[in-house]
Amino acid sequence: MTSGGAAVDISDVVVSYPGSDRRAVDGVSLEAAAGELVVLLGPSGCGKSTLLRTINRLVVPDSGTIRIDGEDVRSSPPEALRRGIGYVIQAVGLFPHMSVGRNVGMVPELLGWERARIDARVDDLLALVQLDPARYRGRLPRELSGGEQQRVGVARAIAAEPRVLLMDEPFGAVDAIVRLALQDETLRIHRALGTTIFFVTHDVDEALRMADRIVVMNAGRIVQADTPLRLLSHPATPYVERLMDAGDAVRRLRLIAVRDAMRAPDGAATQASIDGDGTLRDALSAFLDGVERLAVTDAGAPIGSLGFDDVRHAIARTVA
Amino acid sequence: MIDLLVHVRDHVTLSLAALAVALAIGVPAGVAIASAPRLRDVSLAAIYVARVVPSLAVLAIMLPLVGIGFAPSLAALTLLAIPPIALGTELGLAGVPEAVREAARGLGMSEREVRRRIDWPLAMPVVFGGVRTAAVEVVASATLAAFIGGGGLGEYIVNGIEANDRTETLEGAVAVGILALATQALLTLAERRLSAFR
Ligand SMILES: Nc1ncnc2c1ncn2[C@@H]1O[C@H](COP(=O)(O)OP(=O)(O)OP(=O)(O)O)[C@@H](O)[C@H]1O
Ligand SMILES: [Mg+2]
Repeated sequence: MTSGGAAVDISDVVVSYPGSDRRAVDGVSLEAAAGELVVLLGPSGCGKSTLLRTINRLVVPDSGTIRIDGEDVRSSPPEALRRGIGYVIQAVGLFPHMSVGRNVGMVPELLGWERARIDARVDDLLALVQLDPARYRGRLPRELSGGEQQRVGVARAIAAEPRVLLMDEPFGAVDAIVRLALQDETLRIHRALGTTIFFVTHDVDEALRMADRIVVMNAGRIVQADTPLRLLSHPATPYVERLMDAGDAVRRLRLIAVRDAMRAPDGAATQASIDGDGTLRDALSAFLDGVERLAVTDAGAPIGSLGFDDVRHAIARTVA
Repeated sequence: MIDLLVHVRDHVTLSLAALAVALAIGVPAGVAIASAPRLRDVSLAAIYVARVVPSLAVLAIMLPLVGIGFAPSLAALTLLAIPPIALGTELGLAGVPEAVREAARGLGMSEREVRRRIDWPLAMPVVFGGVRTAAVEVVASATLAAFIGGGGLGEYIVNGIEANDRTETLEGAVAVGILALATQALLTLAERRLSAFR
């Protein structure tokens, strides 16, 4: 079920709400490549949700255009557009009078799929978000925990294999552990389906964890759009620096893969090993535990080694 | 006995007719109020005021306007039934969580689909509550129709008072009470059935 993602091109979008003299979105341009996971980050009221909602036309911009794979979103009826774009909101918004299965199958139902195909799809999706279909399909939303509801919300959003997925603070209402699990699941789905994702949050750690690229917004404008590592190492303004707590080097460690910091095997003694895809954050843990040098492996085969000085060099390189 | 059946029939006919007309007016009115935030406060205030005007007063006001008989009784009972129905409709629709509507629109439901698949099913219990209140009130108040020649079980009470026959008055009152309770029970049952199908 690879459907791939679509490129989204937001150009000069301005939104002002009636009765407000401030523009909620004030001239934003942003291009997302097909399959990119873009995180919109910024303080409350800076226009993240508004910008997101212009993509599926729940908000109509005063000016500017939005194209999905080159096609202006105004060129199709809004309902048709929205059925092709997944949408997850913080409040989840599950339909309280419909079973989990019916909720998840709603977009396929609106699209007129056959019953048997919908049922099969619903079961696949529930399994994908780690809910046992047999147990959960017939339940009502109020019979689920907050985290389970959020999972159902995600499953519902991706039911018809949208090529673009909009997620507005989707994991706001759950505890830290469930939140991490849901982030991982989203990343897994992202990788499996290649969907282009716009993900709104005001949690910096969540942004760093999820994003291919982070778009920092303030007062309706984009302040900086960059990879997580670049944002931390080269914050464009003092505001970004403060927001990201960019001075905190430990934060950066999590964004650097061991394989990018290691040195070639040189025969030095090692006391433990770490996978090349692990992060320097994991490596630091090992060093703090008393390990002097780590052997770096790829599927078990040694590919290099890593010491604390390599970590320091890698961090230094990020600001160079 | 035949007498009783005739009176019950008249009573029920009058009540049903009033309820039907009140539904036809009250539901759209409730929808209109729910979708026009500016109208809302004024209309709700008007409805609440209308709710406390006693049915007898309504009858008294109607009498000089439309005379006596079935029609004025129907008009008065309809006026009585509209407020709870409009109110129930308004409260039911306004009570649908905004997040749920937003999600529905975001998934690609048209406004009509949102109404049909989301708003009405979720509002239904409250709407139905309004209808039930209206129905019981109409059945009870239809008794008064007898005073202006509208017929129904109120005849026993009117006759009883005129003939100073307490038994007959009491029989009428009990009959009306039973009918009102039956209405309540029937509609509660219908409501359960309805929500089971959702
Ligand atoms: N429906 C609306 N009508 C009027 N003003 C609105 C509306 N929705 C949002 N706004 C205003 O537009 C601005 C941007 O709101 P938006 O919801 O996009 O912010 P946000 O970045 O998503 O904030 P949060 O993190 O709190 O969700 C705010 O000043 C808000 O008050
Ligand atoms: Mg928001």
